[in-house]
Amino acid sequence: MSESTIQIALVLPDLLGTYGDFGNAVVLEKRMTWRGIKAEIVPINYGQPVPDSCDIYVVGGGEDTAQTLAVKHLREHPGLQRAVTKNAVVLGVCAGIQIFGESFTRADNVTHPGMGLIDSTSHAGGSRAIGEVIAEPANGLFEGVLTGFENHQGRTVLGPSARPLAHVKVGTGNDGSVEGAVQGRIVCTYLHGPVLPRNPQLADLLIEWATGTKVAPLDLPAVTAMRAERVRAAS
Amino acid sequence: MNDSPARLPLRTAAAVKLGNLSSTLSQKMGLGAGGMIGGRVALKLDPQALNRLTQGRRVAVVTGTNGKTTSTMMLARAVSALGEVATNHSGANMPDGHVTALSKQPDAPYAVLECDEGYFPAVAGASNPAVAVILNLSRDQLDRVGEVRTIERSLRDTVTALKDCTVVANCDDVMVTSAAWNAQKVVWVATGTGWHHDSASCPRCGNPIQWQGEHWHCTGCDLARPHPNWITTDEAMITPEHHKVELRLTLPGKFNQANAVMASAAAYALGVPTEEAVRRLRGVSNVSGRYRTIQRNGRSARLLLSKNPAGWSETLTVVKEANHPAVLVINAQEADGRDLSWLWDVPFERMQGRTVIASGERATDLAVRLTYAEVEHTIVPDPLKAIDQMPPGAVEVIANYTAFRDLNARAAADE
Ligand SMILES: [Zn+2]
Repeated sequence: MSESTIQIALVLPDLLGTYGDFGNAVVLEKRMTWRGIKAEIVPINYGQPVPDSCDIYVVGGGEDTAQTLAVKHLREHPGLQRAVTKNAVVLGVCAGIQIFGESFTRADNVTHPGMGLIDSTSHAGGSRAIGEVIAEPANGLFEGVLTGFENHQGRTVLGPSARPLAHVKVGTGNDGSVEGAVQGRIVCTYLHGPVLPRNPQLADLLIEWATGTKVAPLDLPAVTAMRAERVRAAS
Repeated sequence: MNDSPARLPLRTAAAVKLGNLSSTLSQKMGLGAGGMIGGRVALKLDPQALNRLTQGRRVAVVTGTNGKTTSTMMLARAVSALGEVATNHSGANMPDGHVTALSKQPDAPYAVLECDEGYFPAVAGASNPAVAVILNLSRDQLDRVGEVRTIERSLRDTVTALKDCTVVANCDDVMVTSAAWNAQKVVWVATGTGWHHDSASCPRCGNPIQWQGEHWHCTGCDLARPHPNWITTDEAMITPEHHKVELRLTLPGKFNQANAVMASAAAYALGVPTEEAVRRLRGVSNVSGRYRTIQRNGRSARLLLSKNPAGWSETLTVVKEANHPAVLVINAQEADGRDLSWLWDVPFERMQGRTVIASGERATDLAVRLTYAEVEHTIVPDPLKAIDQMPPGAVEVIANYTAFRDLNARAAADE
């Protein structure tokens, strides 16, 4: 394990912080700190350049106008894209899955270019998907079910280079059948709640990718109880 | 100025009478406070009821995300210096609630109406207000209500079109300033409160907003913090004539000071002298059960309502001063918003080192948030039982909407 501090970039929390996305960064930071791994959150606000030196990037969800501004900013300051070529770990939630793709088309039929980080396209679905989601992680990526809350109009189609994150049991996800995307060390999901407090196994997977070290489990009774409660509520 | 209200046309009069009757019936049948049902019937019988019922009255409409009920009550108290005031007290803040309140006091020459942000265009359009108060705009109930920017846009369009209306607006809130910017007559109030998380980019042109201390400006257009006419200072306010008036409120916290200054500015626009307004609103102590203190087995529990991140953030500041144990109560019913993501936008870290119980239907979600905030806590889902488990003495109870409503009803039943 390296002695240096793991830097968690919280990308544009002022634009893409609608769904408690700060929570994902806090969970990563605390789960590392509690295990003796030095970690810190680096907020990157709108108007600031995006560094390419962070270890983990957390990108959240936002309203349509905020999302458009965010893509513009991230394309003008391509630090995140450079970090990906250097094997950084990236979590994209809700808007993240749309703006990381090749393109996304809104309800007004206007297509916006994405950041081209994952092989996917998104478009507006007929109805808004709102509610609890339960999904089974694809390819044994991590233990236990994936749980979260979705609230989105977008539908996402994955190309051959991207794999789904999970298979939907309850809820909609990308298209009613699969949920999220994994490509290299980029993980995208429509789920919030936020997603990492709800799914500590996914948080630890990202931590293991970033540190290159296997981490021991953490016993947090509140988290176990909450997961059980949410799964019961959704079933 | 005190014209008596125009006489109601027959159809409205009949609609109002039937409305009052069904309001009484619903109260008798235990269907709640009857605040909305009567108005709903009246509106169905006469869709123009709101327009007719406000004719000939001087109307003030109060809107915003947080503090509506308190500010409305404060303003109504202040305006009662001028004459009888019709007002919707119980948070029934949609048109049917307004019709109910107005028809109960058909002769009151003044009306002070709390209005849900979503209904503001319809209500302002129908009631031709002399004063419109816009407190603050931030996100509320994620999966239920439209985007903050959509609301700002609809308030802006409505306020810009209002004739002979004084808009009282919080210039420390970027969204509110944008909404009121083009109004014919604006009174700007520096409240010292604003939720910056939703206004990083300009609601008018999308460019970043830059803050320097209390001042802010858009880097892309001419939107900037206007020079305030009224200023909230620590426990006092500065009037447009540069007089300093001590507030000395019964209600706690900076947020209620902001509400009081907004209400004073609005009352002033309606003709109430400031000293008189402040004297009256000092007496406001219990707003539909909020801030009520209940006694249980030697515990004296103060009930506080907080509905969204901005509200919770303010309330945690209020309870920080005294280091009392706290019961935090969270539900996620339809009226609260089903998605609890917002818990992560609330700085619960401020509760570190205090005795805390996580309570409510979603106590475990809160417990997870508290765990990561490194706040020691226990879980007791029933809030009354949670109060009983605290050490005897003062306890702060902070609850979100349905949790507060249910707790308040149970506490009232026990008294
Ligand atoms: Zn601007």
